[in-house]
Amino acid sequence: MGKSVALFVTCLTDTFAPRVGVAVVRVLRHFGCDVRFPEGQTCCGQPAYNNGFHREAAAQGRRMIDAFDFADYEHVVTPSGSCAAMVKHHLPELLADDAEYAERSWRLAERTYEFGTFLADVLHVDFTQIPAGTSRPVTYHYSCHLRGIQTIEGASAQVSRLAGIDYRPLAQIEQCCGFGGAFGAVFPGISNAMSQDKVTAIAATGAEVAVVNEAGCSFTIEGTARRRSVSVQFKHLAELLAEGLGLMDDQP
Amino acid sequence: MKCSHTWFDENVARTLADESLRAVIGQTSQSKIESRVVATAKVPNFEQLRDLATQIKQHTIEHLDHYLERFIEQVRANGGIVHFAATAADANACIARIAQDNGLKLAVKVKAMTTEETGLNAALAAAGVQVFETDLGEFIVQLDNDRPSHIVTPIIHKNRQTIARAMQRELGVPYTEDPETLTRYAREHLRDVFRRCDLGISGVNFGVAETGTICICTNEGNGRLSTTRPRVHVALMGIEKVIPRLVDLSVFLKVLSRSNTGQPITVYTSLMNGPRRESDPDGPEQLHVVLLDNGRRAIQQGRYREILHCIRCGACLNACPVYRHIGGHAYDSVYPGPIGKVLTPLLNDPKHYADLPQASSLCGFCRDVCPVRIDIPDLLVRLRRDQADGKAVPWLRRLAFRALFWALSTPRLMRWSQRVLRWGTVVGAKGDWNSRLPGPAAQLTRHRDTPRPAAKTFRDLWQSERDRGDQTDQ
Ligand code: SF4
Repeated sequence: MGKSVALFVTCLTDTFAPRVGVAVVRVLRHFGCDVRFPEGQTCCGQPAYNNGFHREAAAQGRRMIDAFDFADYEHVVTPSGSCAAMVKHHLPELLADDAEYAERSWRLAERTYEFGTFLADVLHVDFTQIPAGTSRPVTYHYSCHLRGIQTIEGASAQVSRLAGIDYRPLAQIEQCCGFGGAFGAVFPGISNAMSQDKVTAIAATGAEVAVVNEAGCSFTIEGTARRRSVSVQFKHLAELLAEGLGLMDDQP
Repeated sequence: MKCSHTWFDENVARTLADESLRAVIGQTSQSKIESRVVATAKVPNFEQLRDLATQIKQHTIEHLDHYLERFIEQVRANGGIVHFAATAADANACIARIAQDNGLKLAVKVKAMTTEETGLNAALAAAGVQVFETDLGEFIVQLDNDRPSHIVTPIIHKNRQTIARAMQRELGVPYTEDPETLTRYAREHLRDVFRRCDLGISGVNFGVAETGTICICTNEGNGRLSTTRPRVHVALMGIEKVIPRLVDLSVFLKVLSRSNTGQPITVYTSLMNGPRRESDPDGPEQLHVVLLDNGRRAIQQGRYREILHCIRCGACLNACPVYRHIGGHAYDSVYPGPIGKVLTPLLNDPKHYADLPQASSLCGFCRDVCPVRIDIPDLLVRLRRDQADGKAVPWLRRLAFRALFWALSTPRLMRWSQRVLRWGTVVGAKGDWNSRLPGPAAQLTRHRDTPRPAAKTFRDLWQSERDRGDQTDQ
């Protein structure tokens, strides 16, 4: 039975990692979902929320709710854990006193899933049946904003259990990569120190592919790795699965 | 994005430049976090204990007056004397007066964050009372004229060499890096102090309302000696340290040290019920409990009440990636790390500490390890909100955010901004990456390459993806 899914691609993925969006669409379709892309979407309001601009975050949240009208699909799926957390946890809290939007925010929250959790919890995908799609060693970075959505064990198992994977666990996996939105721009020194640690840990695994399921983390770590000439390829879980399932060519 | 260079930036730059310091703090923190995992795994219901600890704290802080009243009654019934200090200065004056009234000249101290908060040592020195720290870490801090950099492990920033040099210089003992010998030197030095002291000063980890018991957790036994040996014992207790019943104590003792060092329980857990009774073999003639407000009541009545649940275990510091890289001194506060980022601006001038709530990636590891589940990232966001509402965000940053929110407000504007950004980053670009942005944006590429908006965004690709899907569907 196919599920009808609206893709919430998120502003960062749309702008910087469109291939991830394509991979999400293909994987969801592979598992029988009917995927739509509501054209009115932009951003969930997370940058405004995290930085304390809550009036602006609420305004953005209302636009988000308007863009995702539920009439013709059951679920909303997003490749970003932090945006999923924003929609699921913070939007209802921001709009709690809004006569028109409070209830709609709850409905949106209930229907929104981060990509990996949607595969596991709604589609009941058996990850051990999906081929790794690469013989190169793979590691997994746990993005902090998955906390409260998915455990470290649950999230990394979606990579480590793929059929035939050469999986390399990451040391100090619970440590942040240094992204943190505006944090990286306001405190570049601290942010960089954190990113350096992360790249060092990734390099130490010997992995040639690092799975990072959050656009912000991904380009923070990749940007640091590039500067250090550490050659690791960064992929979202959706890309890894799409390649394993033959829905996409491996990136050169 | 930073409009001016602040004292915090300066402190941060100093520690970031000190590789060996960061290595020490990083390794010690990580090993404690790992011990915590091992220790908590051994308790089958640890998560439920955390829930319980959280609920007890929530309930107590909600009914703070009720439990404080009962606690005060019980302390008095046990023969203790209770004092109230609205501010740090009041607390110091109160303790100085106790010393003067009783002619006390030599004080031994058990490590206590409240006394750091009020700056008690300096105040007592000014009043002619000599104070000796008896916790080994604090003893070294005092010896070296330093400041603690962690709420549980005050000398986490010090290596053996600096400790050895300080001891050699100040105590005139031969230089050695052997920890046991160093400890022995300290002990020998303190032994004489313990013989002569007449005032014992401590904090309070938990104050039990039901019985008036005060509980002090230490690892060195100095707490016991410092509170029984001198004639007078003064305990400086934050008002939020009260808990309802003696049985509740068992919950907190189970989570406290497991969360930090991974020990099942602190080596010495002292429970004290008032001054020495006739039948007691030892104990002080007088017990004074000084209840410290110093901003806590205001917090209790506001939107940050949750921060008063803190039991000062130190786990959040060990977890925090920012703390690991900048160290405790950078916060310029008695309370560094995640707990400090919330507590410090609340207890002090929020303008002076405006950087603290901002200097976080909101990663949430602190919340994961906190035994009383304080949602520190959420509290940091609230503090940021206060700054934004109160126009305390620097104008340039505010402007940048305004521009961002505007650009993200409609699909059309977003599209347009993506294109502007793609072409705006063309100078110095290598394909979809840029490693040398010009002008004020240069800061963004100082340490790492930065991505450019893709030539074709997802929205551009969606058209063909949709058609592809339609074909396969048919
Ligand atoms: S906030 Fe939580 S983790 Fe941090 S010191 Fe307090 S109790 Fe411990």
